[in-house]
Amino acid sequence: MSVLIGRETRLLVQGLTGREGEFHSRAMLEYGTAVVAGVTPGKGGQRALDGAVPVFDTVAEAVRETGANTSCIFVPAGGAPDAVLEATAAGLKTIFCITEGIPALDMVPVVEVVHQAGARLVGPNCPGATSPGRAKVGIIPGSIHRDGDVGVVSRSGTLTYEAVQAMTDAGIGQSTCIGIGGDPIIGTNFLDVLRLFAEDPETRALVLIGEIGGAAEEEAAAWAAEHLADIPKAAFIAGRTAPEGKRMGHAGAIISGGAGTAASKVSALEAAGFRVAGSPTEIPGLLRAAGYRG
Amino acid sequence: MKIHEADAKALLLAQGLPVPPWEVARTPSQARAAAAKYLADPSNATGKVVIKAQVLVGGRGKAGGVKLAGTLDEAEDVAAQILALEIKGLPVRRVLVGPAAEIVKEYYLSVLLDRSTKRLMFIGSAAGGVEIEQVAKDDPGAIVYEHVDPLLGLPDYAARELAFKIGFGPHWKAGAAIAKGLLKTMLANDADLVEINPLAVIREHGAQGTPVERLVCLDAKITLDDSALARHPDHESLRDLDAEDPADVEARRYDLTFIKLDGDIGCMVNGAGLAMTTMDLVKRAGGEPANFLDIGGGAKSDRVAAAMRLILEDPAVKAILVNIFGGITRGDEVALGLIEARAQQERDVPMVVRIVGTNAAEAAALLEAARFETAATIDEAAAKAVAAARGTAA
Repeated sequence: MSVLIGRETRLLVQGLTGREGEFHSRAMLEYGTAVVAGVTPGKGGQRALDGAVPVFDTVAEAVRETGANTSCIFVPAGGAPDAVLEATAAGLKTIFCITEGIPALDMVPVVEVVHQAGARLVGPNCPGATSPGRAKVGIIPGSIHRDGDVGVVSRSGTLTYEAVQAMTDAGIGQSTCIGIGGDPIIGTNFLDVLRLFAEDPETRALVLIGEIGGAAEEEAAAWAAEHLADIPKAAFIAGRTAPEGKRMGHAGAIISGGAGTAASKVSALEAAGFRVAGSPTEIPGLLRAAGYRG
Repeated sequence: MKIHEADAKALLLAQGLPVPPWEVARTPSQARAAAAKYLADPSNATGKVVIKAQVLVGGRGKAGGVKLAGTLDEAEDVAAQILALEIKGLPVRRVLVGPAAEIVKEYYLSVLLDRSTKRLMFIGSAAGGVEIEQVAKDDPGAIVYEHVDPLLGLPDYAARELAFKIGFGPHWKAGAAIAKGLLKTMLANDADLVEINPLAVIREHGAQGTPVERLVCLDAKITLDDSALARHPDHESLRDLDAEDPADVEARRYDLTFIKLDGDIGCMVNGAGLAMTTMDLVKRAGGEPANFLDIGGGAKSDRVAAAMRLILEDPAVKAILVNIFGGITRGDEVALGLIEARAQQERDVPMVVRIVGTNAAEAAALLEAARFETAATIDEAAAKAVAAARGTAA
């Protein structure tokens, strides 16, 4: 089993006909994801990806015609918050927003609307999710995965690939791998994902990849100590050498007023029973040391 | 983006908030002229002016960057002293001159993005004028939190509740109006943080010399959301280039995120998390990173070439580590950029390249043909780069 996405995923891509949208939609399709529709206003009636996927003017129409149940957004930052609202209004319950550079204040009301509709937004500024062998949504390279039972959650994109590749190379597969995004305001945080993994009987170990800034890792650690006490857990925190007061690329990655440091996160995670790696390549060994037998 | 107190006050004033008058001076004589106005102002209850360094770091007061003056000569002297200062490495180019307030009581009020609730949040306290982090440690009960409704904003009743909870006493109406004004300032400017510390009740001389008290924004700190700068072209003029490395300006032009550090191993990475990790692993392998550099998602060869120029502009750089895990970025684009950059570069610095993920095979063929030193894992890449910087074999 997997969380958020799986064999039942029927994916609609907002911004499919753009450069990035097309490149990654093709990769999703090749991975085996059911990419059933694209939405680009003004291009309704066309077919994309060598005729494989119909394009619609609106999300509502695409959902009606294709039975899409999940959206992946590649729309540029200026239009991405509106794209999330459109997907929500069309009744979609699982929405991934890959777009980076969205002003944080734009996302505050959008996240609330999604929440009130009972939908789930992952991102923005996230790489998406993969359920190995079943579906991939977003931009994570499919080749790095192996089907298995370790749940992976991360604030980063490429750092996640690094960690997942190391796991796959060591023969450790993933149930679902989810990148939640590096922005300060995101739809789904670490804690939300841990709750999903806790309810998934086929996720039997956990890898959390965090970074400096905020307190989401600490909050997730406290929850995991109580609710995920019995499964092997490993973690990695990026930014041990980051200077205070500098925004390290991700809008949310900043140590301010002595809070949000790597040291604080590492000690919270260790106290909660996570084995914390010094390099992403150490994660497989630490999982096994924590009792993982997959 | 951080902005100066004087610029933050101008943004507050534009939203109708009560801010005492001020002027910005770049020279001691300009400071003298500004002081003349405020010293002669009959409403000035202290008969003095305050002169404050405009630098983008905290702790100005402790560093001698905030001083009072009672005469024109003194104002000119004090301004000259402050303008000669360097505070935490930043030169003071401007001072703010205003009437020195007679402070009756100091409060704290800010509005910021609260990540865990995904909402905006006010933080208020009747213990103002000191660092709020300190209050949070010493007396957490003295701090009031109030979330902003993501769809309704701060309705009047919520602003009143906040004002009563903080305890503005007879100034509760002004307190509520200021809270609403801070939120308006935040939304109008796409700010991450609007902080008033102190928000103060000050005493001034009224019409017949009778004392009048009012609540004013005595200091102001605003940080702007970098992601929203494109829709506020006027904010570009608020950027303090003195607080930036020239490389920062160049990096912005090519959409690169660059932060200069003190080491000798230049790093070029795609993705912020991986860029931080690469720095951490360089340090772990016994080296020191010269920079944080994220070329972002989907970088093309011209952006890679620009990144390489930026790294090489730092004379301390003795080796370069390129670590790319392709997702939205295609490895072959990066390889082409590296080949192009190496053909142009004037300084020969050893380079270790690791490219995996999307189009890694194409990248490997290009790098092999161009005889680049490569590495398979991130740990190996870090070790090789550290060895190269020391001039030894890994």
